[in-house]
Amino acid sequence: MRRIGDAPLIRRLLISAALVLSALFLLLPLVAIFAQAFSQGVMVFWSNVSNTFTLHAIGLTLMIALLTIPVCLVFGVALAWLVTRFSFPGRRILQTLIDIPFAVSPVVAGLIYLLLYGRNGWIGTWLDGHDIQLMFSWPGILMVTIFVTCPFVARELIPLMQAQGSREEEAAVTLGASGWTTFRRVTLPNIRWALLYGVILTNARAVGEFGAVSVVSGAIRGKTNTLPLHLEQLYQDYNAVGAFACAALLAFIALLTLAAKAGLEWRAARREAFA
Amino acid sequence: MSQLASWRTGSTRVLPGFGLSMGISVLFISLVLLLPITGLFGQLAELSFAQYWAIITEGRVVASYMVTIGAAAVAAIINAIFGLLLAWVLVRYEFPGKRLLDALMDLPFALPTAVAGITLATLYASSGWMGGLLEPLGFQVAYTWVGIALAMAFTSIPFVVRTVQPVLEDMPVEVDEAAMSLGATDGVAFRRVILPHIWPALVTGTGLAFVRSLGEFGAIIFIAGNMPYETEITALMIFVKLQEYDYAGASAIASVVLFVSLALLLAINIWQGRFVRRLHGGKG
Amino acid sequence: MSIHLHNIAKHFGTTQALEPINLDIHEGELVGLLGPSGSGKTTLLRIIAGLENADRTAQPSKILFGDRDVTNVHVRDRRIGFVFQHYALFRHMSVYDNVAFGLTVLSRKRRPSSGEIRARVFRLLEMVKLEHLANRYPAQLSGGQQQRVSLARALAVEPEVLLLDEPFGALDAKVRQELRRWLRHLHDEFNFTSVFVTHDQEEALELSDRVVVMSNGRIEQIDTPDELYREPKNRFVFEFLGDVNHLEGKVTNGVLTCGDAYWHVDLPDGHEELLLRPHEVRLTEQPTSESHLPVTITAISPVGAEVRVELEADWLAQPWLATVRHTDFEHLALRRGQRLFAHPRHWRRFPNAESKATEQSRVA
Repeated sequence: MRRIGDAPLIRRLLISAALVLSALFLLLPLVAIFAQAFSQGVMVFWSNVSNTFTLHAIGLTLMIALLTIPVCLVFGVALAWLVTRFSFPGRRILQTLIDIPFAVSPVVAGLIYLLLYGRNGWIGTWLDGHDIQLMFSWPGILMVTIFVTCPFVARELIPLMQAQGSREEEAAVTLGASGWTTFRRVTLPNIRWALLYGVILTNARAVGEFGAVSVVSGAIRGKTNTLPLHLEQLYQDYNAVGAFACAALLAFIALLTLAAKAGLEWRAARREAFA
Repeated sequence: MSQLASWRTGSTRVLPGFGLSMGISVLFISLVLLLPITGLFGQLAELSFAQYWAIITEGRVVASYMVTIGAAAVAAIINAIFGLLLAWVLVRYEFPGKRLLDALMDLPFALPTAVAGITLATLYASSGWMGGLLEPLGFQVAYTWVGIALAMAFTSIPFVVRTVQPVLEDMPVEVDEAAMSLGATDGVAFRRVILPHIWPALVTGTGLAFVRSLGEFGAIIFIAGNMPYETEITALMIFVKLQEYDYAGASAIASVVLFVSLALLLAINIWQGRFVRRLHGGKG
Repeated sequence: MSIHLHNIAKHFGTTQALEPINLDIHEGELVGLLGPSGSGKTTLLRIIAGLENADRTAQPSKILFGDRDVTNVHVRDRRIGFVFQHYALFRHMSVYDNVAFGLTVLSRKRRPSSGEIRARVFRLLEMVKLEHLANRYPAQLSGGQQQRVSLARALAVEPEVLLLDEPFGALDAKVRQELRRWLRHLHDEFNFTSVFVTHDQEEALELSDRVVVMSNGRIEQIDTPDELYREPKNRFVFEFLGDVNHLEGKVTNGVLTCGDAYWHVDLPDGHEELLLRPHEVRLTEQPTSESHLPVTITAISPVGAEVRVELEADWLAQPWLATVRHTDFEHLALRRGQRLFAHPRHWRRFPNAESKATEQSRVA
């Protein structure tokens, strides 16, 4: 089959350009992370990773991610269900509102939470009166992380559920199934891979969020440092190898994310081939 | 019965869960997204317009706009070309390593911005692998706006590639064949038949990349040098104001950033809608 | 511009889409490639166009346009016009720009002036009666209109060979007929050589000067529509080109028997299967001295100029179809459930799959 641009010369030229530029621009940084992290040997890497402050940062980051995911999952599913199975005035508005976190710079996201819940904000003053501190401690970090990650699950589910249509659910209802049963036994199996992918994206973003968390965390070592913040501090302290050790951990999670994505896509392609 | 009428009379919907899903969604969106934004306006309300204007037009702040917008524009254009190349190669050709290349496209999206930040800073510093090569040739990347543009390009390349790829994939073979059968050479056919076809996706992807770059923080601050008036991005300005406890100043600048990003996103959505309508004859 | 194909074969993976084919198409002919899906007809057309390449076999394969050897010439340089089943119009260009496209991509030397281009485009649009839609976009046109634009676009560069891939397949019946007329009209006007692919035998027989009947990558027969219908070379051609009635039985002493039906035929003893066309079956109220084939009418449907009558009998494995003229229909007062006798006027037999010999005998 003949197509535009399939002459051997053009093809080789374009492929080489793509490969070389990608290697330099995208692959090289990845390699550099691990090279730097291990530049003083495995033992140093290990001691960096098992350092108390690093361990605390890892723990805090994981905890935030584990708390964020279920919240975003419930919201994502609820919004997707609402928007794709019903029609009502304001539906379009809801769908565009969900894109807000994408438009907002992470620093601005952190700022607006700080303004609201910080000592001088109007909710903040009330909290202060009751001796509750959300900002500059882990609840604040959790809140902004939820803010920046909330669209992912919904954005994965909405196009899929729209394309699938509500026929199957309607059939289940006519057969007498309750709402939960319908959702659990009809909808969920159809959306589980998109759901999983949404969770993976949410996790990747939650773990890596920097700008928003910088604003609200106060960056107190051993207390409110997430791994990216800890990484920054090490770097500012000229401990490059230490910083890259943290970077390597985070890059590893990123690679797992990419592998999971590739796996899910391969699986989806296989199902389509047999459909 | 119109949508509105049926909603008002509360006629039973076939599928269950309307109340619950509506409740959760509205509650969440109000609490997490809308409420905090009102906090911003609350803070702004304490300023007079003159004060507001003074803050957002202060020399150093305006310089940060220039730096941010300029670098973002350069990054967006680079990504438009690079992204188009990558999308083309991934869709049209088979070659060893194609799967890996495809997966690599998502790396900037999956990688934490701070990690990207310190890595690019280290790579392109004078002692780094790339910086060591480029500086003797006269190209200084770290601590200049070039570094800023580079970091922006790195973090936003997936937007272009992933927006153009599906459109290229969906192009029917017959369009190629029709152009060739009518005598067009590859160059002419690409310029007059393929490019117009993928143009909306390319512009949308580039637009999204631009918006993302405007707000990017973590990937930039390590390589930028952050010199006021020269390599200071607007997001950093907000951060600096916060560290000085100048909440009013931070809010004012943040409102500008917020407004511009939302306006751009809206513009992209509208433009996309109009273009799609024309190509599909009014069938949206 | 005549087309000469020599030793053209094509594999896709392990499937052989085309056995080595030799084909000669005369200048100015309108030839139809007819066959079921999988017959290789589209592959053959695309090889002529240059959208696919023939296999490199031990024997040299060649494609000639007139005196020109185009075997290794790229599709864009073959100077053909190609019309696609789903129109393949350029969505982002107006009707005018679509039709003008081929002219605007010509090299500067050969490109006509913009005034000349304009004149040509409008002349073509007038020929397909779409000049008032010149500024519309494809999405605003109906399927039939889009295909007419597609025809005009292919003809704008004045190709010597026009190739069409199931051009009317995506359209409904009435539009199809209309466009068949357009094509014939344009062909007679411009006098190019034309090859089109179709699986619709009515279309092939109506439009073509000659028809190439294909099956399983081979050419079964090439002939004028008339010849094909009257003298099919083998069973496949006969069955593909129309409805067929089967009559199976044993011949003893010149009589073919099947259940309580019998018929005098001049054939040697043995098992026989005879094939008949619907219009070759006469219906009478009484049997004749030579044929006793009792049938019952199970369905009657008037279609166009004739009446289709479905017939069943216990000695028939499959129902028969007879077509009767309206006058005869009224004369016999045909109705469902009526018992009549079938009286074949022609029959054909194809002794075995390999041989293409046919016999036919006329029965009084």
